[in-house]
Amino acid sequence: MEALGLEKLKGIAERWYDQLSDGRIPSIALPTRTKQNIAYDEESEVWKYGDKESMRSAATAKGAVHLLKMAYVIGFLKQQLAENRSSTLREMYYISEGWKQAKFGAQDESNRLVEDLEILTDVQREVYHLRPEEDGASIFGPIRIREKTRRGAREIHCQDDVGETGYQIPNNVDALDFLDHDAKFVIALETGGMYARLIENGFDDEYGAALVHLKGQPARSTRRLLKRINEEFKLPIVVFTDGDPWSYRIYASVAYGSIKAAHMSELLATPQAQFIGVQPSDIRDYDLPADHLSEQDVAALKAELTDPRFATEYWREQIGLQLEMGLKAEQQAFASQGLDFVTKEYLPARLSEMGVL
Amino acid sequence: MVLAEDLAKQQKSISVAEFFEKNKHLLGFDSPTRGIITTIKEAVDNSLDACEEAGVLPDIFVSIRKASSDAYRVAVEDNGPGIVPEQVPYVFGKLLYGSRFHQIRQSRGQQGIGISAAVLYAQLTTGTPAVVVSRTSAKVPAHRFSLMIRTETNEPEVLGHEEVAWDRTHGTRIELEFTSTLAARKRLIEYLRSTSVVNPHARISIEIDGEATTFERVSAEPIVPPQAIQPHPHGIELGTLKRMTAAKADATLDDFLVGSFCRVGKKTAEEIAAAAGLPVGAKMGAIAPDALKTLLAAMQSVHVPAPPTNQCLSPIGEDLIVQGLEKEFQPDFVKARTRPASVFSGHPFVVEAAIGYGGKLDAEGTAQLMRFANRVPLLYQQGACAITAQVAGVNWKNYGLSQSGLPTGPVLILVHVASTNVPFTSESKDAVASIPEIEKEVTLALQDLGRELKAYLARRERNKQKDDRARAVCAVMPAIAEKVAEITERPVPDISAIEGRIMRRLVARKRSYDGRVLIEVRNHTADDLALAVYDISADAAEDAEPAPAFASDLDGEYTRVWNCALAPGEGWHVVYTGKGGGMLDVRGVEDGKKVVVYL
Repeated sequence: MEALGLEKLKGIAERWYDQLSDGRIPSIALPTRTKQNIAYDEESEVWKYGDKESMRSAATAKGAVHLLKMAYVIGFLKQQLAENRSSTLREMYYISEGWKQAKFGAQDESNRLVEDLEILTDVQREVYHLRPEEDGASIFGPIRIREKTRRGAREIHCQDDVGETGYQIPNNVDALDFLDHDAKFVIALETGGMYARLIENGFDDEYGAALVHLKGQPARSTRRLLKRINEEFKLPIVVFTDGDPWSYRIYASVAYGSIKAAHMSELLATPQAQFIGVQPSDIRDYDLPADHLSEQDVAALKAELTDPRFATEYWREQIGLQLEMGLKAEQQAFASQGLDFVTKEYLPARLSEMGVL
Repeated sequence: MVLAEDLAKQQKSISVAEFFEKNKHLLGFDSPTRGIITTIKEAVDNSLDACEEAGVLPDIFVSIRKASSDAYRVAVEDNGPGIVPEQVPYVFGKLLYGSRFHQIRQSRGQQGIGISAAVLYAQLTTGTPAVVVSRTSAKVPAHRFSLMIRTETNEPEVLGHEEVAWDRTHGTRIELEFTSTLAARKRLIEYLRSTSVVNPHARISIEIDGEATTFERVSAEPIVPPQAIQPHPHGIELGTLKRMTAAKADATLDDFLVGSFCRVGKKTAEEIAAAAGLPVGAKMGAIAPDALKTLLAAMQSVHVPAPPTNQCLSPIGEDLIVQGLEKEFQPDFVKARTRPASVFSGHPFVVEAAIGYGGKLDAEGTAQLMRFANRVPLLYQQGACAITAQVAGVNWKNYGLSQSGLPTGPVLILVHVASTNVPFTSESKDAVASIPEIEKEVTLALQDLGRELKAYLARRERNKQKDDRARAVCAVMPAIAEKVAEITERPVPDISAIEGRIMRRLVARKRSYDGRVLIEVRNHTADDLALAVYDISADAAEDAEPAPAFASDLDGEYTRVWNCALAPGEGWHVVYTGKGGGMLDVRGVEDGKKVVVYL
């Protein structure tokens, strides 16, 4: 895998080298990374980039500097692979301080450039030994895995061998082996509060659930883990978030892939993942304590109505209903009906309704 | 109870001089700081007007010397036609004595108060008489007067009169001593600078305590003095009409109208008479006061063509405004606009405006606004002036300028209102009153100039982008070539062909590596170029190959010059031992066609 990645990186540089030698201005084509340019791929059932491409060329000052930066990153990754070292995205950003004209202005810029390289080479950045800074999402439930650690391979049962907070998901999920399980399904939770509530109420034991804490918008490793559990153990995945537009995007990135990482949707998205709640209709049906939608919330909901990932009857109905009510609610709002309400009433009812239980 | 008779004893008439003695502020003598500027302004205005009438190019000299701890002695001297000796005491020693009050034409002064008010101000504050020297031609000697104003009677009091030798063949010099300060020295210089901008045919020198500044003339054409016109029927009031009627009691109505007003012919006169219900043959003396009112209304209701403007007005003209501004401010961009003449209440007027941008103009804060009326700078009460309001009323953002009231940035805005009757807000003539017709013309002129400025700014922005791009491509492309060569482990590709295609310019590059300095020059233009390459740095570069045509060192800074002739597509380079840095320049090709970069 590393050798392939290296070849592909060098391929970009070679292309520019040839262009320069032929007296042509170096350039590279990239898919346009906007929501207007993501399309549903029937075969893989995930959303991927469409046919729209934008050309980056050194014919303009901005374009030239961009290509120079890309050349420096390629050079840097090549060297990192040669020396078998790794670095974080943030470290690479700081290393660019010494790159003179190719220095990055902000970490967003370098992160984006790395994503561009993933798209161009079709190889994940983990292969280039580039790690994200933050991780630490966790899983709790009857699943046994094997992790290759620096002190040798360890087998871990994610319920029996871990503390109250569960097993911490590593950066490179592809270094894990999924051995066996006693679970019936996986429930992914947006907030730590709900994750803790389900553990405390013994929801995992009672219903054979594996709990995954998403920690807000989930990291790539968390999404990759859900994808692999779904694929390798054939377990259904349900996603439980707050009932607001931003939370629906968390669900969408798990199920459909994110716009930013649409080039990796096949690896990261779990198209079978289902949304369990909080549904706008729950706010109405359970009379949940709710907040009024802010202007930004309304704008976000309207944007979702034009997002191809939400172009289903279910979402159109729910988002329409929410705009009508003008309300949003948090997962914990179910506590207004008692601390056990969510595990005893709401989730079992919803899970059987969805055919999971 | 005081009797009316007793009160009557206290009542007496007041002379104009006494009135202004008590109301100095009305004429712009509110404070010692302002007094000195007003004095010089009045004297300089008179000089300019006099030179104009005589058709000579003004050569004006202003001197300011400290006379005592709180007094200054000011002298203003011109090369005008001079004043005949009999008139001198009246011109300087009597208020409201002048030649222009009864004329309808553009002029700087009108009422004949200004300079005699300055004489009054001097005698009030220091008690010293004014000294006037005047000579009307080389054939006669100069006359020197020392005089004061007798305030109770507003009559001149000549204290001394003698014939003297004077090196000027004609001209006038006035010397006044008054209590003042030079706190407004900068403003005074600004006033003279502004005066010189709108009087580009004048040379104005000023010497303050021995320190001299000269505002040189840029035009050798004397101004054609504006000719007086007769009043326009629309711009006249009842009192004036009564006075004119009384003077021509014997004339018939139609003869009176045709003969006393501009733009009134037989036909218009008949129309007016009909509208007033008066027979055209009526004798003026026989028209009853009430009927005069009707006549005035009729004169103003009938359509009369606008008054003639080309002879009674003397706008500065677009070219001269531009020259004047370029001379004093060296802006990167300057455009002027002279609007067609227009009329308010029967008074013809012309609005001129100009915009300067960049160059030596101050980039900080709001625009510099220069207001003028009849070629006279307006220095005070900017906020109360209709011109200021119009400038602030234009949406400058449309034209690429930021704005906070006035536009901001390195901008200069000049507005000149010329009229036979400039409507000021007060006697001190500091601010133009809000007259809708004038306001409209000012706005139109400014908008017109705004469009020109916008086009200039857009062009400048495009050129800047092109330049940035060339510079970046020149500096970045070689770095890309080096990096991809390193990654692919191949030799660095030659990219001069690409550079040539993108740039079509001369590219000069200086770089240093491993203790060596390389200067490369490549001609990507379509022309044969003969170039001089200037390289200045701390490197001695004694081993330069090729050796420079010229080399010198100054305090450890070495300057080298090479000459090279390059055909299109050709390149040249030099190598020497050193650290690099310093500066590189190439002459022999215009700025827009070269790119000089350091790697």
